[in-house]
Amino acid sequence: MEAIIKPQEVKVGIAEWQVLRAPGRLVTLGLGSCVGIALYDSLNRMGGLAHIMLPDSSQFQDRSNRAKFADLAIPDLVAALIGQGARRGRLVAKIAGGAQMFTSGDRHLSLLNIGQRNAAMVRRTLQGLAIPLVAEDTGGNYGRTMIFDLESGDVLIRTIGRPIKVI
Amino acid sequence: MDTWDKLNALHLDALREIGNIGAGNAATSLASLLGNRIQMTVPRAGVLPLKDMTGLVGHEEEPVACVEFTVAGPAPSKIFFLLNETSAYLLVDLLLGRPVGTTKAIDDMGASVLTEVSNILAGSFLNAFSDFCHLNLIPSVPAFAFDMLGAVLSSAFLEGGYFSDRALVIETKFYGEAITINGHFFLVPEDRALGIILQSLGLQLD
Repeated sequence: MEAIIKPQEVKVGIAEWQVLRAPGRLVTLGLGSCVGIALYDSLNRMGGLAHIMLPDSSQFQDRSNRAKFADLAIPDLVAALIGQGARRGRLVAKIAGGAQMFTSGDRHLSLLNIGQRNAAMVRRTLQGLAIPLVAEDTGGNYGRTMIFDLESGDVLIRTIGRPIKVI
Repeated sequence: MDTWDKLNALHLDALREIGNIGAGNAATSLASLLGNRIQMTVPRAGVLPLKDMTGLVGHEEEPVACVEFTVAGPAPSKIFFLLNETSAYLLVDLLLGRPVGTTKAIDDMGASVLTEVSNILAGSFLNAFSDFCHLNLIPSVPAFAFDMLGAVLSSAFLEGGYFSDRALVIETKFYGEAITINGHFFLVPEDRALGIILQSLGLQLD
């Protein structure tokens, strides 16, 4: 009799982050203008995945959910990873999302381009923390699901009507 | 504390009634466009975290068509009209007079048909809402997306400039009897619109 052990799969909701070790997968579904940030320590085979909604917390009074903002969620996730044994100097990042989902005759939507601003702030925050961004799949006008395999560090990007992409 | 934390059962009843009148008018419009009976469920109203809103419609990765409107005027709100994949294709076929089953993807023509029909439905909804509350409500140009439910719904808020992670949602489901139409209509008043809407109905928030 062969036991089939399915690796643990942990779902990361919108404006949340989670930390997990191999063997296991962190999954976040349906990123649109939101950005998913996968941080990985390959030696410990552990990592974290955040799903942020907005770039900059300083523009808001209500910051009760820190995981919502790129500038707060990423440092918090790094601290949690270090607290659980990851080494800061080994962390690398892969990001996806930051699309512009809606098309409209209305110009203000494209001026706002929240997806682009989310991705830009994520890059800047990672740079500030000296975490190398090794791969990204951002922009466009389509939704993405991220499946982060803690065994390999691979991030699978699933979309509608496009082949699965590995970054 | 947000305004909607002060809502009591009576307030929610009044908001459901707006949903009822608005969606009823929109369902009538859709029925006459299609020449088919369209039914609707009794509206639900409540304050929900954004991450739970997708659950009202389906799974995060399910393809949906969504048309989004921003409502300006004294009661700023958002309106979303969502259709599942098969309903979106069917609606394009019916409105373009093609044999059912012709449409298998949403191209520019399909997007334009769905945006236009949503425009008509949102107009019907808002007319009834305006008349009922004696408020002048002005819808924006519609914005369209066809993609994963999770991506579409979160972006409908964010790209439309709504940044809270909770929303007061008034939701109605449409369905056809003879044809398979499965749609959701969401009215999402902004926090500052709530007091004004309730006041127009003779209710006070305290």
